[in-house]
Amino acid sequence: MAEKLDKVDVVTVGAGWTGGIIAAECAKEGLKVVGLERGKARGTEDYYMIHDELRYAIRYDLMQDVSKETITFRNESKQRALPMRQLGSFLLGEGLGGAGVHWNGMTHRFLPYDFEIRTKTIDKYGKNKIKKDMLIEDWGVTYDELEPYYDQFEKTCGISGEENPHGGPRSNPYPTPPMKSTPITERARKTAENMGLKPFAIPSANLSEKYENPDGKTINACQYCAFCERFGCEYGAKSDPTITVIPTAKETGNYELRTHSNVVEILHEGGKATGVRYVDVLSGKEYIQPAEVVVLSSYVMNNSKLLLVSNLGTPYNPEKGTGHVGRGYCYQINAGSTGFFEDEQFNTFMGAGSLGIAVDDFNGDNFDHAGLDFIHGGVGSVTQTGKRPIATNPVPPGTPAWGKEFKQKSIHYFTRNLGIGFQGASMPYQYNYLDLDPTYKDAYGVPLLRMTYNFTDQDRQLHSYLSKQATKFIKEMGADIATEAEELGDYNIVPYQTTHNVGGTPMGADPENSTVNNYSQMWEADNVFVLGASTFRHNSGYNPTGTVGALAYRASEGIIRYSKEGGLLV
Amino acid sequence: MAENSSDNKMTRRQFLRNSGYVAGGVVGGGLVGGIVGNQMQSGGAPTQEKPGGKSEKTPQFDHALMYFSQKEDFDVLSQATELIFPADELGPGAIELGVPYYIDKQLAGAWGHNAKEYMQGPFFEGEPTQGYQSRLQRHEIFSQGIRKMKEYSQKKFNAPFLDLEEDQQIDILTAFEKGDIELAGVPNEQFFALLRAATLEGAYADPLYGGNQNMEGWKMKEYPGNKMAYHDVIDSDKFYDEPPSSLHSHMDK
Ligand SMILES: Cc1cc2nc3c(=O)[nH]c(=O)nc-3n(C[C@H](O)[C@H](O)[C@H](O)COP(=O)(O)OP(=O)(O)OC[C@H]3O[C@@H](n4cnc5c(N)ncnc54)[C@H](O)[C@@H]3O)c2cc1C
Ligand code: SF4
Repeated sequence: MAEKLDKVDVVTVGAGWTGGIIAAECAKEGLKVVGLERGKARGTEDYYMIHDELRYAIRYDLMQDVSKETITFRNESKQRALPMRQLGSFLLGEGLGGAGVHWNGMTHRFLPYDFEIRTKTIDKYGKNKIKKDMLIEDWGVTYDELEPYYDQFEKTCGISGEENPHGGPRSNPYPTPPMKSTPITERARKTAENMGLKPFAIPSANLSEKYENPDGKTINACQYCAFCERFGCEYGAKSDPTITVIPTAKETGNYELRTHSNVVEILHEGGKATGVRYVDVLSGKEYIQPAEVVVLSSYVMNNSKLLLVSNLGTPYNPEKGTGHVGRGYCYQINAGSTGFFEDEQFNTFMGAGSLGIAVDDFNGDNFDHAGLDFIHGGVGSVTQTGKRPIATNPVPPGTPAWGKEFKQKSIHYFTRNLGIGFQGASMPYQYNYLDLDPTYKDAYGVPLLRMTYNFTDQDRQLHSYLSKQATKFIKEMGADIATEAEELGDYNIVPYQTTHNVGGTPMGADPENSTVNNYSQMWEADNVFVLGASTFRHNSGYNPTGTVGALAYRASEGIIRYSKEGGLLV
Repeated sequence: MAENSSDNKMTRRQFLRNSGYVAGGVVGGGLVGGIVGNQMQSGGAPTQEKPGGKSEKTPQFDHALMYFSQKEDFDVLSQATELIFPADELGPGAIELGVPYYIDKQLAGAWGHNAKEYMQGPFFEGEPTQGYQSRLQRHEIFSQGIRKMKEYSQKKFNAPFLDLEEDQQIDILTAFEKGDIELAGVPNEQFFALLRAATLEGAYADPLYGGNQNMEGWKMKEYPGNKMAYHDVIDSDKFYDEPPSSLHSHMDK
């Protein structure tokens, strides 16, 4: 029997960026918040041995232990879904701070176009531009409405950057100046300018200078240590929840964090949540934590999974196109080119997670799509994140994968290659969705989430277009050899692509096809708030967390209002 | 041996100024006292390993087997890694780098036993896009693969693998790479893919794992290893050719 605990105002499932932002804002307002996090506590003091590529980047020390919980996957409904037995395509977070601890920190805003994508596409190109089965919708919120919350998140993090020439209007400049220029970033900037593009420094949560945020939390200056993506920052120089929002919440005295606490069910009655049931994974004991408000901040996979296993919210039915929980799972496509330089050597092994130059000329509707067989686009980036020797063995096309020639070339080109990568936007499709697996279970006996996903023609067209831009860019940069795109095949869950998973609990104006309104509040249970990229209606051509953070700040305002007034906020 | 050129040296004061620690201990924990203290004591960027690394006279006590039970299997593995990453004019190959010992240790540990992976049944073959679906743990795949290499070399060349000419050995390994040799319980290509990945890991992981002996893998690749910071040099046009340092430098007292 589960032990029932005292009721609190707010319980969050997970303590990453989203759980942390809600905790900080609600606790500051005097609400009693409990954070349940399945993983362990951790902080800068745990990063003494962090510069270890094998342990952290290859063996995923800071990430989800999939022996306990994973998802199952298939490309299409006809196939048998099988467990993702090892991490690969994306790297799920676990432990205090979630994936926010080991992110790169590239903190873009989405474009105004993104939030009104359906309307704007039809206005400009007509209804036929939206292909059959493509479920794009407006988000029920505009860029202008979200702008203050973007600003708030950027100030919490102290983002270092310069204005994106193609971006939406900003109320304030970035809190700190852009990161350093290096020979690599300079080269990229000049190349872009020569090509008539509009380069800008990637907005970065690795800070260019020491900064104190509005909550009084200090973030240090980045040391360009090159162990950033997949690593925690031993300097406290990468904004992450454990040095910002979590301590802010704790200081109020209104926040209690319980690690090693795995939530297995949302309890509800008559269209309202009453609390959550969780397992203390150390003792094995079960608890019920009653709460006035339940916040699902457990990332894309578990937000959908917990709603589905708890029978809360209408599940999406891909055949009929009805319902919404599990609807519109999207990802991204990577299109890029690697350039090999015979006579130049670069300090490729130096860097920081967000150091680099971006171009937005091929993103969103920043270019004309009239003659093109796809919508949207992607940001292109030349980054200097710090190459590491196990993962980076670049060889020109046609080189054998092992032996003498491989050794010589991979060593030679380790410091003689530069690349550009585009993050291509991803549109929701009728048959790309999330539901529960009928066979496989997690360590607590709960069904695994099942992902049915494949790339579409939209993805293939976009991929081919962006790849050509990439190759052109790399040639212009002066590479002796520039790789050309291979055709985009089926989505494969093995090689790492990106941890920019979105959808499953979409946000919208219509309760029929969306799970939450623009305060991230569930239409079907007004005291449940679902946070994170699971509420994205589609994935834009950027990293998601700027938008995740903005939506979380807006949601926190909603929760505070809800705790006073009750009812649906929209 | 703090032999870094002076323009790349970071003094304790510079470090504190850059990172903002001066303004008072905002970051908790052992980090500042630990890493910073240690590295600054030794006069700048992280200290280097002792000159020459292993000395001729000190036996390498960790060069013994914790996974393999037959020396011949280990020798076959060793030769296979050497074919993947051979000694050449650039520097040592897999054997001299300690890669086989690295793999032996890995197979005995969590990775070899798929400790952090979902290993519950039922098991089905699946599509390649669905990834690893074997019921076997990695150490079982290695053991099976090496046994099959020995068998196949008897069958094809009528001689033990270790007695073959190099191009014959390459022949054998290529057959495994292409998946021509039947393996039980796992796609045929999987053994070679694991072997190749583990060889590169052993060549380039921090020497604390038993490979990349004396950081020779890093030296060949002109990779500086574990440095505290590139804050003061990242904007320079000059190629950074400092000797590498490993995590061992954080343990110096
Ligand atoms: C390698 C890497 C690099 C990235 N780089 C960038 C980048 O440069 N820019 C960018 O914008 N984004 C980046 N991201 C994505 C970014 O990290 C995420 O968008 C962000 O951290 C998501 O925050 P979240 O709070 O929604 O989820 P998470 O950070 O995943 O937090 C969810 C938390 O919930 C916990 N949890 C889950 N289920 C349960 C349960 N049942 N019970 C209790 N707790 C549970 C998890 O353990 C986890 O701690 C990157 C991600 C990775 C992996
Ligand atoms: S690159 Fe900068 S922000 Fe990233 S881990 Fe290193 S010091 Fe921290």
